[in-house]
Amino acid sequence: MSTIDLRTVSITPLRQTFDHLAKRMGGDKPASRYQEATFDIQPVENFQYRPTWAPEFEIFDASRSAIKMQDWYALKDPRQFYYGTYTLARARMQDTAEADFEFVESRGLFDLYPAECREIALKFYLPLRHVAWAANINNSAVAAYCYGNSFAQPALFACMDQLGIAQYLTRLGIAFGDTDALASAKKAWLEGPEWQDLRRLTENSMVVEDVFELFLAQNLVFDGLLFPLAYSHVENALTTRGGPLVSMLTRFQSEWFADNGKWVDATVKTAAAESEDNKALLAKWTCYWRDRMAAALKPIAALALGDQAEGVMTEVVDQFNVRARKLGLPV
Amino acid sequence: MDMKANKKLGLKERYALMTRDLEWDTTYEPMDKVFPCTSYEGIKIHDWDKWQDPFRLTMDAYWKYQAEKERKLYAIIDAFNQNNGHLGVTDARYLNAVKLFIGAVPHLEYMAFRGFSHLGRQMVGAGPRVACLMQAIDELRHYQTQIHSISNYNKYYNGMHDFANQMSRVWYLSVTKSFFDDAYTSGPFEFMVAIGFSFEYVLTNLLFVPFISGAAYNGDMAAMTFGFSAQSDEARHMTLGLECIKFMLEQDPDNLPIVQRWMDKWMHRGARILGVIGMMMDYMLPKRVMSWQEAWEAYYEQNGSALFNDLARYGIRPPKVGQLAAFEKEHISHQLWAGFYQYGALTSFHTWIPSDEEMDWLSSKYPNTFDKYYRPRWEYWKEEAKQGRRFYNKTLPMLCQTCQIPLLFTEPDDPTQISYRDTEYKGEHYHFCSDGCKEIFEHEPEKYIQSWLPAHQIVQGNSFNPGTDPTAPDFDVVGAVFQHYNMQHGRDNLDFDGSEDQKNFAAWRAAATKN
Repeated sequence: MSTIDLRTVSITPLRQTFDHLAKRMGGDKPASRYQEATFDIQPVENFQYRPTWAPEFEIFDASRSAIKMQDWYALKDPRQFYYGTYTLARARMQDTAEADFEFVESRGLFDLYPAECREIALKFYLPLRHVAWAANINNSAVAAYCYGNSFAQPALFACMDQLGIAQYLTRLGIAFGDTDALASAKKAWLEGPEWQDLRRLTENSMVVEDVFELFLAQNLVFDGLLFPLAYSHVENALTTRGGPLVSMLTRFQSEWFADNGKWVDATVKTAAAESEDNKALLAKWTCYWRDRMAAALKPIAALALGDQAEGVMTEVVDQFNVRARKLGLPV
Repeated sequence: MDMKANKKLGLKERYALMTRDLEWDTTYEPMDKVFPCTSYEGIKIHDWDKWQDPFRLTMDAYWKYQAEKERKLYAIIDAFNQNNGHLGVTDARYLNAVKLFIGAVPHLEYMAFRGFSHLGRQMVGAGPRVACLMQAIDELRHYQTQIHSISNYNKYYNGMHDFANQMSRVWYLSVTKSFFDDAYTSGPFEFMVAIGFSFEYVLTNLLFVPFISGAAYNGDMAAMTFGFSAQSDEARHMTLGLECIKFMLEQDPDNLPIVQRWMDKWMHRGARILGVIGMMMDYMLPKRVMSWQEAWEAYYEQNGSALFNDLARYGIRPPKVGQLAAFEKEHISHQLWAGFYQYGALTSFHTWIPSDEEMDWLSSKYPNTFDKYYRPRWEYWKEEAKQGRRFYNKTLPMLCQTCQIPLLFTEPDDPTQISYRDTEYKGEHYHFCSDGCKEIFEHEPEKYIQSWLPAHQIVQGNSFNPGTDPTAPDFDVVGAVFQHYNMQHGRDNLDFDGSEDQKNFAAWRAAATKN
C-alpha cells in the first residue's frame, strides 16, 4: 500500500464520535482525547456477581458513599488528564527534580548546608514519607471503590503521585547521605511522641468506609493542611536560615500540590453544588478531619518552627478555611 | 563522607528504601481491619517480606519511560489518522476483528485497572502493593490507548459506535464480561492467579499473535502500535503474575491445592474465551498469521509445558484444560465462527462464508477435521445464500451457566454431538458446555447462580428499552433487543457481503487508486 498516496482522498466520515460522547456533548461532534478516555467507560449495569470480599455491594456501587450525584460524570478533572497527558506532565516535573538533585549533589551543597537546618530537615521531612505512603493507600481505595471513571482516574494518578512523593522524600534522606536518618525517622514515626497523633490519624483514615469521605479527608484536608505547612512555611523558614537547598529538593511536592489541588477543588465544589445534603455532609466531614489534622500537625510544626509553630498553624488553618469556603463549604 | 555512603547503596537496597521501608504495621487500627481481604480465601502468608520484587521501578523512572512511549505512540496514531491509514488495511473484513476488539477488550483492561487498584489497596506487603498499583495504572493506559487508536475507525465504519453501552448488554460480550467480573469479585489471591498468571502470563501470547501480529499482517498500524507499545508493560505484568504464584506456593504447603484449583479454573475459563481468538485467526483476518491450532501448540502446549514443568517442583500439575483443548484445538474456531455466522443478525460486526481459497487454507491447516466436519456445512450455507436464503438463526440459544457461551461445542469423543452437562442446585436446573464449566459451578454455586445470562434476561424482559410492551400482539423480540443494544439493523449486523462497510471501503480505495 505504500505506493498509494492515501492522503489525497477526501472522505466524509459517517460519524464524528462514539454515541455515548455525542449524547454527553448534545450532538455528533469530535471528542477530545480526555473525553474519549474518561466518560462512561466504567460499567454501570448487569453486573454478573457480587464481590466475595464485599457482598453488600455491586461491583461498582454508588452507595459506597453517602454523597449523591445525579450523574457522577459531573465530576471532571480540569487538567483533563488521561494517561498520556498525565505521564507527560509528571515526566516534565521529574526532569526538573532530577536536575535539582543532580545540581545539589554535584556541587556538594550538602556539605555547605548548616547543621541545624540539616537536622530539622531530616527530623521534619523524613517521617513524612510514611504520611505519603498512607496517602497512597487511601487514594488506591478511592481509585478502586469510587463510582464513575472521571473520579477513579485522577484518584489513581494522585495515588501514584503520593508514592512518587514518598520516594522523593526518601531520596532527600539518601541525598543527605545518611540511610540511618531514614531509620531514625521511621522510629520517630512509630514511637516518637511528636508523631503519634498524626500516625493515629492516618491509620484511622485507612479504615474510613465512605469512599467520598476518604477522598475528602485525604486530598482536601490532610494534604490541604500538611502541604502548606511543610512546603511553604517550613521550607521558607529553612531557606531563610540556610539557603534554598531543601526548597530545591522538595520542588516536586510544591508543584504537585498546586496541580493536584485543581482536581480536588473541582471535585469538592461540584459535589457540594449538587445538593444541600451533599454540602452539609462535606462541611461536616471537612470540619471533623480538619480539627483532628490541625491538632496532629501542631507537635511536628513545633519540631521545625519552634515557638512560631502556633502562629503558623493558625495561619494554615485560616487559609484552609478560606479555600474550603470558596468551594462552597460552610466551615 | 556522606556522598560516599550513598554510592554504596545497591539497586535492591535502594529500591527497598523506596518501597518496603515506607510501610509499617499499624497499631492504632488493627492490621486485619486495615487489610481485611487477604485471609478469607485460605491462602496462608507467614512472611510478606519474602516477596521478591518482580521489577524495580520507582515512580520517577516510570513517568519518564512511559511518557516517552506515549509521545511516540500518539505521533504514530496521529499520522495514521491524518493519512487515511484505514484505507491501507488488507480488506474491510479485517475491521470486524477491530469491532470485536473494541467491544470486549477496553472493558477488560478497565476492569483490570479497577481490580489491580483494589489489590493495590488490599495486599498487605508493600512489595505486592506497589507492583499491583503499577499494573493498575498500566491497565488504565491500555484501555485508553486502545480507544484512542480505534476512535478514527469508528468515524468511517459501522459497529463500533456504541461500544461503551454494548459491553454490558450484548449477548456475546457477556462472555468476556463474566470472565472479568468473576475475577474481580474473587479474593485478591485468586484475582492474581486469574489475571496476573493465567491471563497475563500463560495466555498472553495467544492474545498477542492474532490481535497485534494480526494487525501488523493486515496493515493496521494503529492497533499494531498500541499493541507493541503495551508489550513492555506486559513484560512487567507477566513477572508479577509468576512471582505471586511462587510466593504463595513457597509460603505454605496448604496453599498448593487452592492454587491448583484456581489454575484449573482460570485456565479453563481462559481457554473458553480464547476460542474467539481462534475464530479471529482462522476466519476473520484476511491475511492469516498462523492457524489457531498452530498457535495453541506453540504457545500453550510447548511454552506452557516448560512453565508447568518448572512449577512441578512445588507440586503443581498442568491444568486440566490441556486435555480438553488437545481435542478442541482442531474444532473450536470452526464451531464458533459457525455460531456467529448463524447469529449474525444480532451482532455488531459482520459475518461471512469463507472464500474457496480460504476454505482450502483451512483444509490444509486442519487436515483431520475441516473437510470432514466443517466444509460441508459452509458449502451448504453458501448454496443457501446463493438461493437468497442466507441463514439467520432467530431462536435464543441455551447458554452455559459458567462461561456463558451458547452450547455449541461438541463432545471430546464425538464432533457430531453437542456437549451438554447439567446439574441441580436448590431445586433449579443449570446447564453447562463442558465438565470444566460444571466443576467450576459446583465448587461455588452461590456465585454462579448469580450469572447474568443474556438469553435468560431477554426472556425475562430485562433487555428491552423502557416503554417496550412485550405483550403487544405484533411484538418483535429480536427487534426490541436490537433497540436496547443500540445496534443499527442493516448497518452494524448481517453479512459482510452487501454491507455498507464493504461498499464504502471499495469506493474510497478506488478513489485513492484511480483517477
